Amino acid sequence: MTEQLAARRDAAAPTPAAPDAAGGMVEEPGWTAAVRRNLARRMPLTELLPSTQPAYVGSWVYVFGVTTIAALVWTIASGTILAFMGSAWWHTSALGHFVNSVHFWGAQMFFLFMVLHLWGKFWMASWRDGRAATWAVGVVIFLASIVTAFTGYLIQENFDSQWIAVNAKDAINATGLGGFFNVLNFGQMYGIHVMLMPIVVTLLVVLHILQVRTRGVVRPIGDPYTPTPETGGDTPEGRLEA
Amino acid sequence: MNSPAPFLHVGFILISLSNLFLIVFMLVLFAVALIAPFPHRIRHDRSDRRD
Repeated sequence: MTEQLAARRDAAAPTPAAPDAAGGMVEEPGWTAAVRRNLARRMPLTELLPSTQPAYVGSWVYVFGVTTIAALVWTIASGTILAFMGSAWWHTSALGHFVNSVHFWGAQMFFLFMVLHLWGKFWMASWRDGRAATWAVGVVIFLASIVTAFTGYLIQENFDSQWIAVNAKDAINATGLGGFFNVLNFGQMYGIHVMLMPIVVTLLVVLHILQVRTRGVVRPIGDPYTPTPETGGDTPEGRLEA
Repeated sequence: MNSPAPFLHVGFILISLSNLFLIVFMLVLFAVALIAPFPHRIRHDRSDRRD
């Protein structure tokens, strides 16, 4: 059994290049091996789960990203409970009101911290040094979050949500999307809010985090130090302990 | 909940007090995050890095 486990572990490990008859190095063929090598090169565990950070990360401005994620976790957790219990529960029981409020305020905090994160990253021009894709995915997360919050407002099942839906119906009809995205169709809005958009936002956030961890946190503007392959993300100022 | 929200109306500026409070709160929080000291330890010895 132990030998089987060892064989499986060895098979899963990145295959090193082997010398061929002419003395050159030959890598294992196949797209799975290529993807495995690529992931091992681009996303080593030491970068995905670092125990230290560059010294310049020692500021509260860098905390807004993780507080946004914390708010997202609270929102999804409370939303899961609401989905199980249903609207009659969250409108009539004290506990339902409380969980509904946690969901509402979780979404408020998510947007609040996301905008503070956006301000911080905008003023430090965090798209520098090959991080444009990270910035672009962040923009898409912001837009997807607006759709999620909007559909959430539409499915409260109270007069407020009906008022929002009737007004939004005219606006979205004017864009030509009213036939595909009907804000008066409760079932469509509910499905989009509780299934489609949480999956989209969560996957995008995971991708965003992987991008950040792969590239590391951008250096302050005007800092003359440029990381090299030899030093990696290390800095002359030392490292910040996690 | 059953009454209109209070609004601030100065010239062309029209904003609910709750939205105004939220924006001011965010600006203050951002300023505090820039200024407040961040508790941390710096490690200068690169030879004992755990990562």
